[in-house]
Amino acid sequence: MVKKIVVASGKGGTGKTTVSLNLYRRFSMDGEDVVLYDCDVEEPNDALFFPEKIMIENKPVNQLIPVIDSEKCQFCRKCVTYCEFNAIVIIPSVKLAQVNSDLCHSCGACSVACPFDAIIEKPESIGQIAKYDIGFGQGLLEGRLQIGSSMQTMLIKELKNEFPEQGSLVIYDAPPGTSCPVVETVADADYVILVTEPTPFGLHDLKLTVELLDELEKPYGVVINKSGLGNHETHEFLSRKGIEILGEIPFSREYAAEYAAGNLFENVPEEFETVYQQITGKVGHHLAEL
Amino acid sequence: MKEITILSGKGGTGKTSITAALSSIAVEAVFCDNDVDAADLHLILQPEMREQYIFEGAWVASIDADKCDGCGICQSNCRFNAIHFLHGQYEINPYQCEGCRLCERTCPNGAITSTRSRNNEWYISDTRFGPMVHAHMGPGEENSGKLVTLIRNKARELARDKQASYILNDGPPGIGCSAIASVSGTDQVLLVIEPTLSGLHDLQRLVKLVNSFRVPMAALINKHDLNLEVTKQVEIFLENKQIPLLARIPFDDTVVMAMIEGKSVIEFAPDSTITKQLREVWRQITKEESLTYGKSFIHHN
Repeated sequence: MVKKIVVASGKGGTGKTTVSLNLYRRFSMDGEDVVLYDCDVEEPNDALFFPEKIMIENKPVNQLIPVIDSEKCQFCRKCVTYCEFNAIVIIPSVKLAQVNSDLCHSCGACSVACPFDAIIEKPESIGQIAKYDIGFGQGLLEGRLQIGSSMQTMLIKELKNEFPEQGSLVIYDAPPGTSCPVVETVADADYVILVTEPTPFGLHDLKLTVELLDELEKPYGVVINKSGLGNHETHEFLSRKGIEILGEIPFSREYAAEYAAGNLFENVPEEFETVYQQITGKVGHHLAEL
Repeated sequence: MKEITILSGKGGTGKTSITAALSSIAVEAVFCDNDVDAADLHLILQPEMREQYIFEGAWVASIDADKCDGCGICQSNCRFNAIHFLHGQYEINPYQCEGCRLCERTCPNGAITSTRSRNNEWYISDTRFGPMVHAHMGPGEENSGKLVTLIRNKARELARDKQASYILNDGPPGIGCSAIASVSGTDQVLLVIEPTLSGLHDLQRLVKLVNSFRVPMAALINKHDLNLEVTKQVEIFLENKQIPLLARIPFDDTVVMAMIEGKSVIEFAPDSTITKQLREVWRQITKEESLTYGKSFIHHN
């Protein structure tokens, strides 16, 4: 059975991508057949850190948008009644029957509603999913939302379904926040790693994510990134809640500069390596217990 | 009245700290936290709540097992794979349900009903700098942008009533629904950029989005000395796109220290370089000329 880990955070910019990539590397070094999925489809960044990557596959992802045939349409408005997303406009007096694709969720209700067979569905692009060889491990899979599309959740779902599970371990790099796209990413996870920073903003958003994971009944632990930068309230919160700290990555301005330039795996301070080893050890232990 | 939205593409670039700082400079302004998914502006502005409302979220369907005869029509119609046959009966996973209500409409036994989530709230508050509109989304709720649009409309109403000169929107990360809802109809976007490859990549995607709405942009680079080479790349990109760069703000943990105190950096370190820079940014974005690009497009399209 493939085991699935999600790296999530609530707040953006806490270090999800850094942690995901480093865990991918460490697990590969430990001999795991690991695959990384960049599920932050609005802003996929994982591939940026592999300048030598080779794209193996690239597929467009479409959503089905209904088109109304105004010859067949009798302007009965049944489709309008069925559409919960206000995506259809029918004006009988001028024989207008139109679908606004920005609002359409591709649920198919209008097609079911139409008594005159006047609705057909045509594919429209919402983005791409790609697979990369990045030189080690089983590779990187990425979803990239088309600019202007609002179908993040559908694209994440497609990303997970399109490339069937391979390898022994899967890491999902989640989008920020606690809404639908994060729920979709976390849905089939065996274990969640929350990355936070010890600042008031980081703590506030961590609490929201903890609330979500408790509701979804997912096991999780926390990685404190940029440790030393803020205050102690995050530690106090975690200890009060009995939430496990998987590791603490110290704040390092020098390493932040390396990250900025895309050099994620170069000049990693020794103490960071130790922390990542500690995290993979603890996570591996949790996965073995499942 | 001028509406300014602060955006970044990438999360964690300092949008909220910058918005909070500008809030303490702006006079006659209304503040609005558009990042309803992970709202943080209130941690600095410390609003005193005056009015509280429930925002009805998406529909969620559920099946009454007593009425269900197990025909499976609902499952075959559901495009979101939200209906599962478990423990001998059909069940709807509320997290996968998109609220299209097709199952409810096609069930021959009337066994399916939908209810709207009442898990989101929005507020009108007072802060030490002026009124604020903000929201709290329940975990796992649909961030379709409707809540963002609603609180932005309320902020506009409030601004009209008070004859305020500015609305300041703290935007969400990304380029999805809530970013779209945050850009549409705003007068100006202020981009907060961090000089990392990720920051630059996300900026490029955001600029395309904002351009498609014909909204004028100005930018500032936050933590610019983190990597001067990437800062240079960001500057070249901005120049090519003819986006004015208003400031290069150094990396400084004063910003974090201010956050811990629940203050804006302007209040916490009034004589600092950052404070001076941000005052200048505010002066620049509130100048009349900063809107020319927008005027030529917005009103003729």
